[in-house]
Amino acid sequence: MEKLYKFLKYTFIILWTVFIVAPFLWAISTSFKDFQSVNSKVTYIPWLDFEPTLEGWRVLIKSPARGGVDIVEPYFNSLFVTCTASLISIVLGTLAAYALSRFTFKAGFVRNNDITFFFISQRIMPPIVLSIPFFIFLSTIGLLDSLIGLVVVYIVLLMPIAVWIMVDFFNRVPKELDETALIDGCNPYQAFYKVVLPNSIPGLIVAGMFCIIFGWIDFFFAFILTFTEVQLLPVKVVALNSSITPWWSLSASALISVAPLIIVAFVVERYLSKGNLSGALK
Amino acid sequence: MNLVAKHLTYKPDNQYHLNDVSFNFEKGRLYTILGRTLSGKTTLLKTIAGLLNPDSGNINFEDKNFSKVPVWERNVAMVYQQFINYPHLSVYENISFPLKQRKLNEENIKKNVDDALKTVGLQGFENRKIQELSGGQQQRVALARSLAKKAKILLLDEPLVNLDYKLREQLREEFKTIFNEGLANETILIYSTTDPQEVMELNGEVIVLDEGKVLQTGPAKDIFENPINLKVAEISNDPPMNIINGLKIDGKITFENINIKLPKHLSQLDNKNYNFGIRSSEIKLSDSGEEFEIELAEISGSETLLHLKRGSTKVIALIEEVMNFKIHEKVKVVFNSDKFYVFEEDGKLISSPYRIKNG
Repeated sequence: MEKLYKFLKYTFIILWTVFIVAPFLWAISTSFKDFQSVNSKVTYIPWLDFEPTLEGWRVLIKSPARGGVDIVEPYFNSLFVTCTASLISIVLGTLAAYALSRFTFKAGFVRNNDITFFFISQRIMPPIVLSIPFFIFLSTIGLLDSLIGLVVVYIVLLMPIAVWIMVDFFNRVPKELDETALIDGCNPYQAFYKVVLPNSIPGLIVAGMFCIIFGWIDFFFAFILTFTEVQLLPVKVVALNSSITPWWSLSASALISVAPLIIVAFVVERYLSKGNLSGALK
Repeated sequence: MNLVAKHLTYKPDNQYHLNDVSFNFEKGRLYTILGRTLSGKTTLLKTIAGLLNPDSGNINFEDKNFSKVPVWERNVAMVYQQFINYPHLSVYENISFPLKQRKLNEENIKKNVDDALKTVGLQGFENRKIQELSGGQQQRVALARSLAKKAKILLLDEPLVNLDYKLREQLREEFKTIFNEGLANETILIYSTTDPQEVMELNGEVIVLDEGKVLQTGPAKDIFENPINLKVAEISNDPPMNIINGLKIDGKITFENINIKLPKHLSQLDNKNYNFGIRSSEIKLSDSGEEFEIELAEISGSETLLHLKRGSTKVIALIEEVMNFKIHEKVKVVFNSDKFYVFEEDGKLISSPYRIKNG
């Protein structure tokens, strides 16, 4: 029984790994192919099956004038917009979440839960509903087709996620912890950054991870709110496609697009597997 | 120079958490607040700490109005019933945290922390993480933190309730020494608990609290000997004092067809119905006694609690040995009538074995 269980377990794990890794292998090998080796017979193994070439990668960094597509600038644009918006969202969202978790607000019929719901409700609507207001808003203040404008929009999109995750997290941190800090001579601000914040690192990591992922993969708003001045990576990658699908450069760009997320995943995994984070408070 | 509260009332959601609570606590003394769960003990301690603002009434400390002083400037220390420590800090950092907040110099901090660790018996644990400690050790760290602070008001909110039986006994013993030796004469120590035994052992001034109201104050012995009414008698005894509704007629007490010869201390009583109170430990198994039916028998430690019934009268007897009984079995018990309390039917104490009614 024991052996059968072990056998089934490992079979499943192997199948699952293949399932997850196969697309990566496919993309990696395709990114080193040329037109000939993609469109002829099915090929897998470099040098044996096909002659590897760096052309798919080269196209990505060559300027358009020399027949390339140059995704370097959009790449750094995307990094800048995602990181800035995530950082601001986490800072503002964490402060808002702490206030919502610890203080009681009353404004007419509005209570804490209503305010929390208001934040989350930003994400309930389909994005397309928001596109026209965003467009008009940005064009009115002259930030259409600019990095700052995109950062503003992404903060609106990402902060609800940060607030949502952090409210839930702070609600699980016992109020007595803050109270003890107050009794031990901290004013409310010190209690927050000396005691509550250091114990909220797992929550901050999760919130940060979600913000970065959702910011990085957004195509819709990047597509609608930018034209020529500024371009973000997802839009540029999609624009690679033409009448003859360039599978090689598409694969290469897909690989470097997911690279930051893979790095984030590894970092987060190391933090979360330390184990003392979620169970820190009894 | 005392901690004086006048008419503290706190009533969120139309329910009294504190109802006109007044007291005068002197420095260098131990006060215990005895009350059941939700009787307002924690609310009272939090009000003293400044974490809650009473709806009305005020607190003065050292002749200053305390209401104007925010929590972080009050110089109080508090230990919660949950073991609250700073999980991101080591034991040493936890205990030194309030001292660092107060900007003491490094030497001074070290000395205070070492003293506190010694008092609670946790030397050598300085660099441990809080999560690595057992519940009892965590609570000791919390206690050490509050002692190291040398606060003028030390609040302990049911500090033993979440510990297991053995540890509770052990820490309770240690508390007595810590409170006797480790405290400066400047400190007011306020200890809240649901456990009458703790109150008796700590032997301080007792405030009996129920539904936010102070029922009785006085030395522990006084509360034990003369609870002013049925409520206090119930709260200050574990198991609660047995209350038997009976009739006093010439020279005897009758209930459920049982006649008990009137004890001496009750000879002045008028002939009528009363609530007679008797502690569980004063009901003994005896072949010459009256027959009761066992409803439930619980063994707790080295004692057996017998829930007995006869007619509509239910009593609990505490037998000081471990015995096995069958449910619905009949046993014979005698009541030690010298230890009868007498309460009016509205609950007021008329007579106790320690205070004889005159006339």
